[in-house]
This record gives sequence, C-alpha cells and structure tokens, in this order.
Amino acid sequence: MNDLLFYSVSSLGGIGLASAGMLFVASKKFYLYQNPQIDQVRDVLPGANCGACSFAGCQSFAEEVVKRQDLSELNCPVGGADTAEGMAEILGVEVSIQQRSVALLKCNGHRLVAPPKVEYQGVSNCQVSHALFAGSSGCAFGCLGDGDCVTACDFSALAMDQIKGLPVVDYEKCTACGACVKACPRNLYELRPIGEQGELLFVACSNKERGNFAKKNCAVACIGCSKCVKSAAQQEVAVVDFLSYITPAADLEGIGVALSDGCPTGAIFALGIDGVKERDEKRKIIK
Amino acid sequence: MKSAKSLSSFRLGGIHPPENKLSATSPILDLPLPALVTIPVTQNLGAPAKVIVKKGDAVLVGQIIAAAGGFVSANTHSSVSGTVAKITDEVDSSGYKRPTITIKVEGDDWIEGVDLSDALVTDLGLTNQEMMERIVTAGIVGLGGAAFPSHVKLTPPKGKSCDVLIINGVECEPYLTADHRLMLEQGAELIVGIKILMQLLNSSRAVIGIENNKRDAIKQLEQLLESESGIEVTPLKVQYPQGGEKQLINATIGKEVPAGALPIEVGAVVHNVGTIVAIYHAVMKGRPLVERIITVTGKKITKPANFRVRIGTPVSHLIEAVGGLPMGSGKVINGGPMMGRALTTLDAPVVKGSSGILVMDGSESIRREAVACIRCAKCIDSCPMGLAPYLLKIWGERSELERAEDELVMDCIECGSCSFTCPANLPLLDYIRLAKQGVGRMLRERSKS
Repeated sequence: MNDLLFYSVSSLGGIGLASAGMLFVASKKFYLYQNPQIDQVRDVLPGANCGACSFAGCQSFAEEVVKRQDLSELNCPVGGADTAEGMAEILGVEVSIQQRSVALLKCNGHRLVAPPKVEYQGVSNCQVSHALFAGSSGCAFGCLGDGDCVTACDFSALAMDQIKGLPVVDYEKCTACGACVKACPRNLYELRPIGEQGELLFVACSNKERGNFAKKNCAVACIGCSKCVKSAAQQEVAVVDFLSYITPAADLEGIGVALSDGCPTGAIFALGIDGVKERDEKRKIIK
Repeated sequence: MKSAKSLSSFRLGGIHPPENKLSATSPILDLPLPALVTIPVTQNLGAPAKVIVKKGDAVLVGQIIAAAGGFVSANTHSSVSGTVAKITDEVDSSGYKRPTITIKVEGDDWIEGVDLSDALVTDLGLTNQEMMERIVTAGIVGLGGAAFPSHVKLTPPKGKSCDVLIINGVECEPYLTADHRLMLEQGAELIVGIKILMQLLNSSRAVIGIENNKRDAIKQLEQLLESESGIEVTPLKVQYPQGGEKQLINATIGKEVPAGALPIEVGAVVHNVGTIVAIYHAVMKGRPLVERIITVTGKKITKPANFRVRIGTPVSHLIEAVGGLPMGSGKVINGGPMMGRALTTLDAPVVKGSSGILVMDGSESIRREAVACIRCAKCIDSCPMGLAPYLLKIWGERSELERAEDELVMDCIECGSCSFTCPANLPLLDYIRLAKQGVGRMLRERSKS
C-alpha cells in the first residue's frame, strides 16, 4: 500500500517537475519582449473590436498607440473621453478630448410623409432592394426601410420604427463606430459631433432632385429653395444639387432656431436647441 | 418528328414550370403609334450612348438620336417621326432615373434608303465589311433580353473561329411567344439572316434550337430548309432554361463552355431569332432597329397578344391595347415570369431588350413566407450551372465574398430555377445576385490594382 502511494506520487511529481523545467527553459529561451503598455492600453479600451478606429480590433489599435506614443491622430470614438484620458495617462502624454460624435440619418421620408406607391415583397435587405428598384415611395435617394443599419449596429443604438418604417438613432447609445455608415447602400448616415446638451442641426434629406420632383414623392424633402442659406453665414450652409447641407462647424445656437423654423418643408432637424418649435408632422402627412 | 425520349437537352439541372403559352396562336399585330415615345439613350450592355439631337429637333424614323459610345455599345434611333420634346432623366422600369429622349409623335416618315416593302431580298452583293457596317449603324443588340451589341459577337477574337452558329429559337420562358410567332411568320427572313451571319462568321454549319412545344415552327422551318444545306433544325426537350446560352450550346452540339469563358471558346456563336431577323432587316433593307416583337399576356388578360411595337412605347399603351389591367392584378412583369422584373411604373418604355409584358394576378404573384432551409438539395439538382445555390445564398447573406467567389458565384446565369424549386420558399436568387454584385465589384477592384 505504501509502495503504491510512493510510486504514484513520485512518478507524477517527477513528470510535473520535468514539465515545469521544460516550460521554464522554453519561457527563458523563447522570451519575447512586449511593451507592458500594450496590455494596459488594451485594458482601458472598450473591447468591442468594432473597427471604428480603422484598425483590425482593440489589440492592434493598442499596439499602434504604444508604437506611436502619440494620441493626436488616434482616437477610439467608442470609448470617448474616458478611454482617451486613460490612454494618455498610461503613455504620459497630453490629449485633447474630442467632442463626442453620433450617427445621424439624413432622411425623414417615413411611410406617413412619403407614402409607398408600390409594394415590395422581396427580401428585407437594403442592398437587395437598392439594386432592384428605387424604393416604394419612389424616392431614389431615401431610406429603403429594410434595416441593414439596425442589423449592423453592435451597440443597440438603432431601432426600426415599425409604424413609420424608418430607423431611429438613440443618440445616447450611439458611439459613432460607423457600422451603419458602411451598411447603408444609399450613404444616408453621417457621423458628426454632438453638443454637450445633445445639440444637433442637420438636413434630414439626401434627395438631389429638383424640388418639384423631390416633393412629388416626399412631403419633408429638401427642395433646394436656399431659404436656409440666407439666414446663415456662407461657410455654414450650402445648397448643392438642390440639397442643403449644414456643416458641422455651424453655430448651432445662433442659427438653429431660424433654420429649423424657417424651412418650408421641415427638412431641417434641430435637436436640443432652445427655442425651436415643436415639429408639427401631422400637417405633412399625406393621406 | 422525333419521339420525346430522343430529344436532346442540357446535361445538368433544369426545371419544368407550367408553360402557359396563352398567346401562341395570336398573330403578330402592328400596334398603333402612341402620342409620345420615351426612348432611353442607352439600351445596350456596355458603354453608354451619347445624345446627338437637341430639344426641338425634327427627327425621322430610323434617325440616329444617340451614337454608340465605344466598340461595345450601340446606336439608338428614333422609332417615330416627330419633334424632340425633351431630353431629361426619366423613371425607367426599376424606378431609377435614366437619361431618355422624349419624342412627340407626328407621323411615320422614315429616313431615306430604307426598303419598306415586304418583298424578300436574298442577296444584295454586299461585302462582309459593308454588311458589318450596316449592322453597326442599325444599332442591333441581342433581342433575347441581355441587349449585348451584336456586332461584338460577330467579331471573334484573334485565333478563334466559329465552327457552328447556334440560333436560339427556344423561348423557354413560360408565357412568352414572341419568338415563336416570329419563326412562324418570318421564317424566310430568318433563314436569309442566318445565311448573312454564316457568311460573316465564315462558318459552314448552323443549328436552330427550338423547344418541342413549338412543333408548328419546327415544321415550318424544316419545310423552308428542305432545299438548303448547312442549316439544321434541332427540336429540344421542353425544359427550363433550355434557352440559356451555355445550356443551348450543350443541348445542340454537346459541348460545354468552360467556367467564365465565352461560347467562342468551343467554336460556337449564339444569336436569338429576333436578333437575326433584325440583322436581316438591317443588311437587306437598310432598316435600323426601331421596333421589336413583344408578348402581352397574363391569365386574366382576355386577349393575350403579340405586338410589333416601336421602341419607347410606354407599357401602359400596350396594356390598353389588350383591354387594360384586369381587376385584382398584382404585378406587371417586364419579361417572363422566371427572369423578368416587376415594373414599378407603367410609364416605363419598351426597350430593345423587352420580350414580354406579363400581368400577374394578385393571388399568383405573392411571395410565400420563407422558412428554414432543410438541406433537401433540390436547388442543387435544379441548377443548370451545377452550382450550390443554398451555399451561395449563405455567403451572399453574410457578405463572405471570397467564399462566394470560390464557389463560382459568377457562373450563375440568374435563371431562377433554384428559387422556383425551393420548398422552403427561400429567396435564393436575391442573395445570389447580391453576392454576384459584391464579387463583381471585388474583381474590378482587383484588376485595377
């Protein structure tokens, strides 16, 4: 009985010791120096591996950060200010905190204001329907409502409004990772900085047709009337191809009210800006 | 007549959709001119054509209004005489805007040099080059549906020769009868056209492939060909897609075109019967491609018909000619039920590639709900190209383009046999098309870099 115990303990222990020795030798011989900062940086990153930084994942972003020892051109939009500060602390460098960005949908042509003219029975996939036809409302620029962006969003920041048939962005949850920008076959999403109080000012339309054609399919289309250009500085608003574009640099507080209330079709969205009238969409609904 | 068993067919796959050739006995009628025609500037595969008229110009039938924009391109002609009303972007059958020329119809005056008589001309003593010039000027494209410029197919690449000219009179799409009526009514012109092509391609053999459900056409052509040598009629089994280019080559001469290659690789050139008659008119009569034969059909249509229609005629005009849209119509399809696409507007014009207008009842046009794939492999059995549609669909859905490319997605001919046969009603072809687009884009980028 004692013999059995002795042999088994000593043989197993011996194997264990020998393996430990081999591992020790291997770890010394094949030791590869890795900057400990890489692991530290990776730990402060969100770990979503979403690719918003344009690197393959959080690990490769961390490697690049440590390699460059500079945060001026590297940014993790998902992590935001906390992550940037954390990385700066590890590297011991200064960082300017970038304003948080969100994705915004440049189309408001939902079912009530841009009623469907044809019924689409095919696959619910924007890329398929984009290749097949112009869209059920007839607008060849607007949202198809099949929800590729909702599927693409890793942060549950997008949801489909079942009545309107248009995706809705939750600006609180949105991390500006850009997945929806890539997913949309009609390039309807744009990333732009959002103010501290959630201020946003943008044209919710992408129709480049002449006003009368745009209006035919959608009551809230931008008709390119240029009224907005007159109430803003030159570098803030521009109308190209019958479509207005408000630059992210625009003074939101200064021109927001005038633009939003002045837009004859209600294509300009002003969110979180004081003094903007409640949008009366009922007026626009086409029966 | 050969018995059904000995009829040749293609080697792989295939399906048997209900034929529904409702308009097979309706003779081709000339449709009266509409008040306005909207002629898309580019109606061919390849390079877009360039507009050469201005608003307010007076044009004659057959006058070139948009010139070919390269070798793989074709001229577009005015199909009516009148005044150019506007040159704008108009909504086409898909709902997207395309450049079009709208012409106000004022009459039917043709350009000079066109022989408008019905007399059969068999020889004008033209050289090959003169004939080719006439074909190029006339803007002939493949009338089977793809609208590929015909002169390109008639110019074999260096080192390749055409041993056999294959004439596609299959018309395997259910409902459509335009080619059937054409073979019955214009058989003599067809044969002259075939001889022109044989001379141009320097080939001594031509095979006309016709599905065996068009026995009258087979008989008619056999009679006309009794005294001829080198041209034969091959009745083919009724099986979809017998009229696919590669399937037809396989069925008629037993050869298989390698993946990604053109038919000339096996010494064959395939042309549709409609194209050949158009080439006859271009060469022997100097007549440009301004009209085509189109079937207007549907189960609820009281008088399904075949019309000779000027290019640019709105679809609504055709539907009025057969008595208007029946109550409860669900879809109006441009083309046949297998490969055609539903129109989003009836204002869309007839183009060179339109072969039929099919009005489907609401109850028969519904897409049934898709359920899970049960791996029954029916799609694989039906695929005439020997692909695995269920797999291609998955790669398309997940955008795994390299894997789709490895599974030869680019060989798909989009015949729709897989979607037709799927017991789970899966939208296989929709996703395969998506994968094809993605892989095509990827290949173009690869060839650039």
